[in-house]
Amino acid sequence: MALKMVKGSIDRMFDKNLQDLVRGIRNHKEDEAKYISQCIDEIKQELKQDNIAVKANAVCKLTYLQMLGYDISWAAFNIIEVMSASKFTFKRIGYLAASQCFHEGTDVIMLTTNQIRKDLSSPNQYDTGVALTGLSCFVTPDLARDLANDIMTLMSHTKPYIRKKAVLIMYKVFLKYPESLRPAFPRLKEKLEDPDPGVQSAAVNVICELARRNPKNYLSLAPLFFKLMTSSTNNWVLIKIIKLFGALTPLEPRLGKKLIEPLTNLIHSTSAMSLLYECVNTVIAVLISLSSGMPNHSASIQLCVQKLRILIEDSDQNLKYLGLLAMSKILKTHPKSVQSHKDLILQCLDDKDESIRLRALDLLYGMVSKKNLMEIVKKLMIHVDKAEGTTYRDELLTKIIDICSQSNYQYITNFEWYISILVELTRLEGTRHGHLIAAQMLDVAIRVKAIRKFAVSQMAMLLDNAHLLASNTQRNGICEVLYAAAWICGEFSEHLEEANQTLEAMLRPKVTTLPGHIQAVYVQNMVKLYASILQQKEQAGDKEAAQEITQLMIERLPQFVQSADLEVQERASCILQLIKYIQKLQAKEVPVAEEVIALFAGELNPVAPKAQKKVPVPEGLDLDAWINEPPSDSESEDEKPKTIFHEEEQRHSRHRQPEIDEEELARRREARKQEQANNPFYIKSSPSPQKRYQDTPGVEHIPVVQIDLSVPLKVPGMPMSDQYVKLEEERRHKQKLEKDKKKKKQKKEKRGKHHRHNSLHTESEEDIAPAHHVDIITEEMPENALPSDEDDKDPNDPYRALDIDLDKPLADSEKLPVQRHRNVETLKSPDSEAALVEKKSKKPKKKEKKHKEKERDKGKKKEKEKKVVEEEEEEEEKKGEDLDFWLSTAPAPAPAPQAQSEPALGAAVVAEPQEVKKEEREERDDEEEEDEGKKSSKHKKKKHKKEKEEKSKDKKKSKKKSHHSEEEPPESVQNGTLEDEPLPPMSSYRLLAENPFIKMTYDIQGNLQNDSQVTVSVIFENKSTSFLKSMELNVLDSLNTKMLRPEGSSVHDGIPVPFQLPPGISNEAQFVFTLQSIIMAQKLKGTLSFIVKNDEGSTHEKLDFKLHFSCASYLITTPCYSDAFAKLLESGDLHMSSIKVDGISISFQHLLAKICFHHHFSVVERVDSCASMYSRSIQGHHVCLLVKKGENSVSIDGKCNDSTLLSNLLDEMKETLSKC
Amino acid sequence: MKGFGKSEDTQQQIIRETFHLVSKRDENVCNFLEGGLLIGGSDNKLIYRHYATLYFVFCVDSSESELGILDLIQVFVETLDKCFENVCELDLIFHVDKVHNILAEMVMGGMVLETNMNEIVTQIDAQNKLEKSEAGLAGAPARAVSAVKNMNLPEIPRNINIGDISIKVPNLPTFK
Repeated sequence: MALKMVKGSIDRMFDKNLQDLVRGIRNHKEDEAKYISQCIDEIKQELKQDNIAVKANAVCKLTYLQMLGYDISWAAFNIIEVMSASKFTFKRIGYLAASQCFHEGTDVIMLTTNQIRKDLSSPNQYDTGVALTGLSCFVTPDLARDLANDIMTLMSHTKPYIRKKAVLIMYKVFLKYPESLRPAFPRLKEKLEDPDPGVQSAAVNVICELARRNPKNYLSLAPLFFKLMTSSTNNWVLIKIIKLFGALTPLEPRLGKKLIEPLTNLIHSTSAMSLLYECVNTVIAVLISLSSGMPNHSASIQLCVQKLRILIEDSDQNLKYLGLLAMSKILKTHPKSVQSHKDLILQCLDDKDESIRLRALDLLYGMVSKKNLMEIVKKLMIHVDKAEGTTYRDELLTKIIDICSQSNYQYITNFEWYISILVELTRLEGTRHGHLIAAQMLDVAIRVKAIRKFAVSQMAMLLDNAHLLASNTQRNGICEVLYAAAWICGEFSEHLEEANQTLEAMLRPKVTTLPGHIQAVYVQNMVKLYASILQQKEQAGDKEAAQEITQLMIERLPQFVQSADLEVQERASCILQLIKYIQKLQAKEVPVAEEVIALFAGELNPVAPKAQKKVPVPEGLDLDAWINEPPSDSESEDEKPKTIFHEEEQRHSRHRQPEIDEEELARRREARKQEQANNPFYIKSSPSPQKRYQDTPGVEHIPVVQIDLSVPLKVPGMPMSDQYVKLEEERRHKQKLEKDKKKKKQKKEKRGKHHRHNSLHTESEEDIAPAHHVDIITEEMPENALPSDEDDKDPNDPYRALDIDLDKPLADSEKLPVQRHRNVETLKSPDSEAALVEKKSKKPKKKEKKHKEKERDKGKKKEKEKKVVEEEEEEEEKKGEDLDFWLSTAPAPAPAPQAQSEPALGAAVVAEPQEVKKEEREERDDEEEEDEGKKSSKHKKKKHKKEKEEKSKDKKKSKKKSHHSEEEPPESVQNGTLEDEPLPPMSSYRLLAENPFIKMTYDIQGNLQNDSQVTVSVIFENKSTSFLKSMELNVLDSLNTKMLRPEGSSVHDGIPVPFQLPPGISNEAQFVFTLQSIIMAQKLKGTLSFIVKNDEGSTHEKLDFKLHFSCASYLITTPCYSDAFAKLLESGDLHMSSIKVDGISISFQHLLAKICFHHHFSVVERVDSCASMYSRSIQGHHVCLLVKKGENSVSIDGKCNDSTLLSNLLDEMKETLSKC
Repeated sequence: MKGFGKSEDTQQQIIRETFHLVSKRDENVCNFLEGGLLIGGSDNKLIYRHYATLYFVFCVDSSESELGILDLIQVFVETLDKCFENVCELDLIFHVDKVHNILAEMVMGGMVLETNMNEIVTQIDAQNKLEKSEAGLAGAPARAVSAVKNMNLPEIPRNINIGDISIKVPNLPTFK
């Protein structure tokens, strides 16, 4: 036994390590699986040992096996054990394993929270680093929420190594826990200017990533990035920033103008291809956004195209590829400049590299014109024939169709040619895109009336040769075209010349091998064919032939009746019966054709795909309401509705074209013109449907074919599209000659039918008149369709959650959850925070504080509270103005760096807006004089911040005063979430006390984490010209309410205010109070003592005050869903009380906003002039309100767990409201 | 292979397909491959570099610069070369963990962390030093044993591809 143990421990030294495992696997190639399962058994043994080194070794091997594809999730717990080892060596192994195999579904992951937190705060930077790296791979929403605050702290770590990792991982945290974005953002922004390039680049990285998804929220950072761009030399950072600008410019064209110059400079100066390429890309984006031409734009475009041409011509395939990629972007807005490089692009089509060919194909899409379409497609057809590999061939096929069908077949001048191309494409073997071709055939045949005759003849030919298409394999995708062919032949059978032959082709036994849905179409359409043949024969008086054809149907149809496909079977048997009946009638010599054909009368019109969705619900129609009372019980439940639907379906299946009156037509024409005007690809003078309507009174089929002798009436045999190319050329030539002639004499008749020809005398490509007068029927939209583009948004986009307005101040509820242990800590934290602010003098921190003061009742983003709307409005405006300012002033060079340090001065300033306004205006003017011309945006921003609460009107005025350059109304940047009327500014800060030296305002906020604490934020504003220092605040505690003092101090000691105040400056400090009961309002007496110091010396001063704790200050704005709200009301354990206030004149919206703001409620639901609201106290009382507004009064019904609290709250509310 | 949140099977499938795609490409074609469905749709691209028998493949989305990533791969390979002192295929095969650690200093959670080779090498060296100091005396016998074992390394290099994919969302870093 003892011997065994000794042996065991020696064995351990010879345990397989990773290298042994790898070697072993390589030596067991034949029985790898067996060998590995053996190893896994060994590993399982090793994991059972207590020795952490053994475990780590085992986990290391498992990690390798995971990479080979073995599931190792069973060892998740062991991995956590290794992660928590004290040695870095093992820890790293553990974290690596975790990063490889943990994911959101791993259940033990929640056990890691504390371990990770410990590692994050480890004194060893590599422990922290390894934890951050690991976490970045397996962070879950829970981990993100719990660790967000720790990571945020690390963003200010002393070591850049940790800082950069912490910054980078924040992106992952944001993704998983979007609520953390707003609180963390100020610090993230700060890191953009970190002294360490690695940290800076990480911050740029994260912000670029965020901005890519929701650019509009980051527009306000543009000035900062602009500065970085002009100052940074790190290509990585530059590339990122330039990419970011590419995403921003579409939102703000003026930004683009500003960018062009520095970007062009970079293009000229840089030697790094990657940077050059990104610059070109962004310049393109800028040019796209500035679609209206500035005179010197063409130079920029030329520069880009030129540089791209160099890339494309480069022997390096990578550059070639990227050049083509960028070229395709230019193409969208400046096709002309790209088209001149057609030669180069066609050349790329022959490249041996598929990626490059595909890119070149993309480019072709935008380069076609009426003139060269045929030529280009011909070239592509050659490629189709040559192409090896079905993927590339399929790609070619779709591209050909895309190119031809783009913008409503704009470039096709000869549809016969197009149909021939489609028919030729059907000869491709093994393509997956049969349905695409089929769809095109149907589309063209339906929408281009003039082509139907030709299309039908071609389709008949296809049906005749169906065996060629279908024979290859059953699964052949190309047989889909038979679907289209059958339908076209049936529907437009009147154009069919040899209908008998086609019918026979459709009745061949071979057809039964086609897929069911195609057979079904066959069956349906052979009846249409039959009907038209019947009519033809009857009219010719050829009764025998008519009976013959009936007989044929009766003979052949049974093969479909036996089909295994239900649809086919049903249709066939139905039709068989019908035809048998017809036979009977024929036997009696009754003419039947008219009746049979009546079955298929009417014309089908294309309907826009989204038409149904866009029909607005008529007013007063409730789609959810029952039309009839729901049937009491079981019984005929199924049957009745079914029959209803059935009838309806049949009725609708043949949608009859309603008569359209002139008015309606005019309206449609107008709508269409509108659409065309908005369509960038639409060339106004091309043959357009509107022409059609000018000479067609109705949608009835009107022969609009211009007889053109150069078009062959019928091309014998399988059509070769090439023939058309030649013919077309001849035709064009002829046309041109004709036109030249016409031009001379035709000046008089400049109206009427020949409008198009006459209006175009230049020799542009649009000159080419199509072979047919093409009437493309546009898709029908319901009348009064709602224009909306929101159909395409994916509601599941994970990045949508990050669409957060970052300039809005932070609300209390949004703060990151912090672990708190003792009360004392909470007391200290505001102090230290304030101290930090002072020391660092950085803006973001300040901003954070500011939220507290400003607004706390801003709920979650979904909730559309008036208050939020108001804030957003203001903020949006502010953002817009900052940007406006930056964009409109300051020439291209970077903002002067000295201005950057400006904020330091005002660092500790939190202004009480209304009061300081005047002062501030002056201050600003002063400053403006100082640095005229080089105003830093930041500086400006700050000022705006200060006047945050000024009325927006005031703001606009003042803005005009400060810079009268070109400016757009701020609405241009706004989001459009505006409510109908603006809300007046509100401040929750109330006056505490005031004397000639100092003014104190305060606000009280509940603390969610602690049910017996509130935080009082006091703003101290120095009104004197002296320096205020040694401020100390003290209150007389009551039994219920006590100020929280640092440990060890007595109840009579005051708390020092953690800052001093220079003249005219204000700052905020926070004090924590504990309370027992919160159901009553409280008042505490207190004193502020301070020393006033000026040139004459210093004096000691005092100011008494009364601190009023209203009941509302114990409430915390908590959003509540209406169903939860209803449940709460139903629960029955709430006391009720109500008040009524008369003489209210303000609007209901303002009223709600006031209640939300001052009393910390949130709106649950609002219907007209009635709203339900909800809030929660820090001790968990639910408070529900029902607010109703009458003519001149407001009544509020309240419900709450505690009746005293409720009545006190209502009293407070009454007071607020009576002030309105 | 680094795959974020994908099952082992999907990861293996990605590797197989990627290898299939990449290995059949000629020497003279561009180093970008358009994204298939497996790697998360058209926003993503495969960017690779080919060194002798090795392929280094990154899968990136449109927020990365294509040429930048090519440079990054070069930095990665040079870093490997420095850290392993003349890296060869076998180093990578037998020391996957080290490769991962190096990669972790460059790419974190699918985002580029550091591109400066000197900085990366410094951090890697510091960590190795830390590891060595932790092993202390106890590590000596293990190292000896491992040295003995390494003497009979098979000489024929098997054709293994090292890929390394690093992506934002859907996935990646290094295979085998």
